[in-house]
Amino acid sequence: MSSILELKDITKKFPGVLANDQVNFDLNKGEIHALVGENGAGKSTLMNVLFGIYQQEAGEIFYKGQELDIDGPQDAIDLGIGMVHQHFMLVPTLTVTENIILGDEITNNVGHLNLKEARSRVEKLSGQYGLDVDPDAKIADIPVGMEQRVEILKALYREAEVLILDEPTAVLTPQEVKELYKIMDFLVEQGKSIIFITHKLQEVLSVSDRVTVLRDGKSIGTVNTEDTSEPELAEMMVGREVLLEVDKKEANPGEVAVEVNDLSAENNRGVQALSEVSFEIRKGEVLGIAGVEGNGQTELVEVLTGLRKPSGGQFKLNGEDLSASSAREIKEANVAHVPEDRHKHGLVLDYNIEDNLILGYHHQAPFAKGINFDFSALEEHAEDLISEFDIRPRDNKALARSLSGGNQQKVIVAREFTMDPEFLIASQPTRGVDIGAIEFIHQQIINQRDDGKAVMLVSAELSEIMSLSDRIAVMYEGEIVDILDVEEATEEKLGLLMAGGQI
Amino acid sequence: MFATNDWKKIIKELSIPLLAISSAFIIGTIVLLATGYDPVSTYSSLLKGAFGGVNNISDTLLEATPLIFTGLAVAFAFRCGLFNIGAEGQILVAGLTAAWVGTWSGLPWIVHIPLTLIAAAVAGALWVFIPAFLKAKLGVHEVITTIMFNYIAFSFTAYFNLKILAEPGQIQTPDIEPSAHLWRLSSLWDMHSYFNFGFVIALVVAAFIYYLLWKTTIGYEIRAVGNNPDAAEYGGIDSTKMILLALLISGALAGLGGAERTMGLYHNFRNGFSPGYGFTGIAVALLGRNHPLGVILSAILFGALTNGRDYMNMLAGVPVDLVTILQSIIILFVASDLLFRRLLSYKSEGGMEE
Repeated sequence: MSSILELKDITKKFPGVLANDQVNFDLNKGEIHALVGENGAGKSTLMNVLFGIYQQEAGEIFYKGQELDIDGPQDAIDLGIGMVHQHFMLVPTLTVTENIILGDEITNNVGHLNLKEARSRVEKLSGQYGLDVDPDAKIADIPVGMEQRVEILKALYREAEVLILDEPTAVLTPQEVKELYKIMDFLVEQGKSIIFITHKLQEVLSVSDRVTVLRDGKSIGTVNTEDTSEPELAEMMVGREVLLEVDKKEANPGEVAVEVNDLSAENNRGVQALSEVSFEIRKGEVLGIAGVEGNGQTELVEVLTGLRKPSGGQFKLNGEDLSASSAREIKEANVAHVPEDRHKHGLVLDYNIEDNLILGYHHQAPFAKGINFDFSALEEHAEDLISEFDIRPRDNKALARSLSGGNQQKVIVAREFTMDPEFLIASQPTRGVDIGAIEFIHQQIINQRDDGKAVMLVSAELSEIMSLSDRIAVMYEGEIVDILDVEEATEEKLGLLMAGGQI
Repeated sequence: MFATNDWKKIIKELSIPLLAISSAFIIGTIVLLATGYDPVSTYSSLLKGAFGGVNNISDTLLEATPLIFTGLAVAFAFRCGLFNIGAEGQILVAGLTAAWVGTWSGLPWIVHIPLTLIAAAVAGALWVFIPAFLKAKLGVHEVITTIMFNYIAFSFTAYFNLKILAEPGQIQTPDIEPSAHLWRLSSLWDMHSYFNFGFVIALVVAAFIYYLLWKTTIGYEIRAVGNNPDAAEYGGIDSTKMILLALLISGALAGLGGAERTMGLYHNFRNGFSPGYGFTGIAVALLGRNHPLGVILSAILFGALTNGRDYMNMLAGVPVDLVTILQSIIILFVASDLLFRRLLSYKSEGGMEE
């Protein structure tokens, strides 16, 4: 096979950081080449160099044997390189066709839009690559999996030969992921080449032909997928041996701590998002909440933490009714919460680590006496947690904004886990966090369980749910459709339930 | 007041305003040369007017005093993510209140001065109460409501002044009792400046605001709401309460500015009581980067420009409008601070993955 794209010795510096250090990457025609690495390993930087968003300090890019000087994304697109971003860039109120042609409209001399021709081209492409997209549907009305196919179509419409898929599976159900794999295989059969960016190693193994691993801005190596294994890739990514399975003893559940009865709530648009949800969590037990995002998990967590008022039902902790309590009262009842969106809820990004480590507890002893802070207590608290949770940089006064995603998450985990909670709610606790930190956070969750805390884990990662939970509740359209013991739960069963099916 | 490692930050914070100020003066020079004036004599007379002697310095600080209060008012609200554009109205209503309470006779100064100050602060806070309530409870944008309350204040104070408090034929209220006068430096020194104790009060209040914002849980909560309202809510902070509190304190700060004008300078309330102190306060806060120390420094700069411009006009014959141009350019540069930063860091800024 011949190489279609080659990145040679790419070096890109940012102030104080060597983001890419002589990185090599080559893509053969007709292959799926996975690019893996932890957050901050330099994957995005490399792709941004390829797309002309950054100019490399050194190194060359060859495309079809010719050296390239790419100056901006439009150049790359014109050459036939297309990117499907992790966060879709679609206009919800426009149709599929309108979204696809946006920025590349077919017009006549006076600028009149020829939608008919565009529509037929879209339809033809969709059929040709088996994408099964309705060209007339509004983006707002189609499921996430189809939105992603629209993004792929967008690239194909611009005659892309190289497709870059940036973390494409993050928003999909297991079934949709399988669909995507099929599409990827099909695209490759038709002669396209794919760069598949991910940090999920199972995906790499099931779909790619070759894997290139980046670590700390360097390319660690490129291996054939069939010759490698998950532990080997993990070790290449992290630079040390990684425990992929959580070290977990049999659960030892005690009495019921959390009782949720017929809890209902509306979302921000006033639509019922949570319908009469009921469950119990015992002390020393992890209840996993599985489900495709947007099926009421967010609202459930918000109601349980006092951020949203329930429209009906009850939530009790150790017999105390907290359904009508404020966020502060619930915190004071020892409910800890690792929120799903750390930037929106978990941190004040312009506060330093020290100040973020007391958010929500700042008004209590030992941090405050009356309205005055005890700054030495704050400092001591920060220093303890920074060393216990290995938060980097080891600087109390570093702004949360300047931390990597994994370290930001550690700040939140450190704060919430050390306040001796009765009930711990962890929502997407490892999203966007690198493998080393995932291992650590998982272990912390299990430690809390073994300490006799009631834990509720909400996650879009089925593997995470399955490895940490003792029981698994599946949410679909605002309801809990089933609660399974972890022993009887399989990925297939959960996937089916998540998509609204029955088992 | 500051720990050593804060100094680095202060210098960094100062660099942009200083750059803006010097750029403004350079552009001012070009304007002067283009219109045929001598920049050296212009600037030296400006400087002389602002700082050339005890009297001039006193007048500069006198001019800076209300700006410190209104600048603090705007900055404090801003720390909670709010724009108090209504400081002008608050200063007027508070000044009128002070002029009324100040006329109460028979009180010893030790009671009368604090009473008048508090009355003015309360008046300022009350004047922002309706916008604050609407914002906190219903999310009505405070920029619109505080601007509208300025117009109400213009008419309201004019009516009370002319129709109720002023003697017929007068455009000012009767003078306040000496027991409500803020002590003037001219009683110690042979000078004609009305520089008074209000300046010292302004400094003390600025120090208190610094303490409140950065050393207490109240400040922690107010700044959290200003920085990230969602995270504040998550942290159990009642943002409704904090918005209300921040705006009321902001109104009280502007109100103290009105008290100083009445009790230290005019000794009454009159037509044209404020030549836009509330609006200039927005610029002062902006230039001072919403920090109490920055507010003090930028208020003094604005005081100096205002005070020096008449000298400039008299000695160098340059129209006073030049000072307005200088002030405007400074604001323009400070406001485009973000633009500068982006320009400087566009290509070099880290595109690190999260």
